[in-house]
Amino acid sequence: MSKLIIRTNRCKGCNVCVTFCPKKVLALDTLGKIYAVDEASCIQCGQCELRCPDFAIRVAPKEAK
Amino acid sequence: MKDYEEYFRTNRLPHIWCPGCGNGIVMKSIAKAIAKLDLDQDKTVIVSGIGCSSRASGYMDFDTLHTAHGRAIPFATGVKLANPELNVIVITGDGDCTAIGGNHFIHGARRNIDLTVVLFNNNIYGMTGGQASPLTPTSKKATTAPYGVVDRPFDPCQLAQAAGATYIARGTAFHAAQLPDLIAKGIQNKGFSLIEAITPCPISYGRRNKLGDSPAMLKLMSESAVPLTAYGKLAPEQQEGKFPIGVLHESHFGEYSKEYSHVIERAEGGQK
Repeated sequence: MSKLIIRTNRCKGCNVCVTFCPKKVLALDTLGKIYAVDEASCIQCGQCELRCPDFAIRVAPKEAK
Repeated sequence: MKDYEEYFRTNRLPHIWCPGCGNGIVMKSIAKAIAKLDLDQDKTVIVSGIGCSSRASGYMDFDTLHTAHGRAIPFATGVKLANPELNVIVITGDGDCTAIGGNHFIHGARRNIDLTVVLFNNNIYGMTGGQASPLTPTSKKATTAPYGVVDRPFDPCQLAQAAGATYIARGTAFHAAQLPDLIAKGIQNKGFSLIEAITPCPISYGRRNKLGDSPAMLKLMSESAVPLTAYGKLAPEQQEGKFPIGVLHESHFGEYSKEYSHVIERAEGGQK
């Protein structure tokens, strides 16, 4: 299951999630929309979802180990 | 607990706010506060005035009212008095609340009517093109003040406290985890509650004042916002350029719609 749910139609490319991601998982593509560069290193801390002003990114609930 | 997105009119998204505008963060915090308290969607009314912030009512799936400039609090007063059961939340901006609606704001606080006013403070009139508002800090530039603002800004929290509000809190868009709790406490308070939410306006305010983009403005907030207890311990020279966040004031006083119901009883000649 994917750790991040990204809705690019809502993204305005403000760079907030990219800046506050502690693991540098996110980046902006050539069209200025976010995408996950390195989803494997995502720790699902929720910093991106917390401050996304456009409701464009959701962190999936952590799967039970 | 419901997911906060269930309180949005998702068919209206994406919203009209500029890239990096913090209004979305504050709107999300309001939805999270409502989700936390599990308020009935049919018994919650959102009233907003005019301005960037006030567009939020259009994206929230409640009974919403987008009213005249500065007049959100009078409309909300009417809603609350007509049906005191309702939870009434007012969304307003810095210009809407403290300039055009300044009088309504202080009198709402004086009456201590059970409203929760969420003041989106972006320090500027964003929608109309970046004019200086009463909350634009001294010497900051705006289209109506190209050489910097001469006036002092209001402190809306102190203003509300002096006018008699019974719950006052301040949060920022950076401290987005704390903001829903501050708003939830305001909704629970039976009386006039003010939550000042400081939000970045990178386009109309930040760009003109060389504060950088939205992430830079959020980082600036994280540096200048200090929790109230820590703020009290700072020396006056250290307090320069910083502001306290958290619950700033709580007091008790009779709630207006309840007091008014006693007036109705007396007028009807009832011996209750």
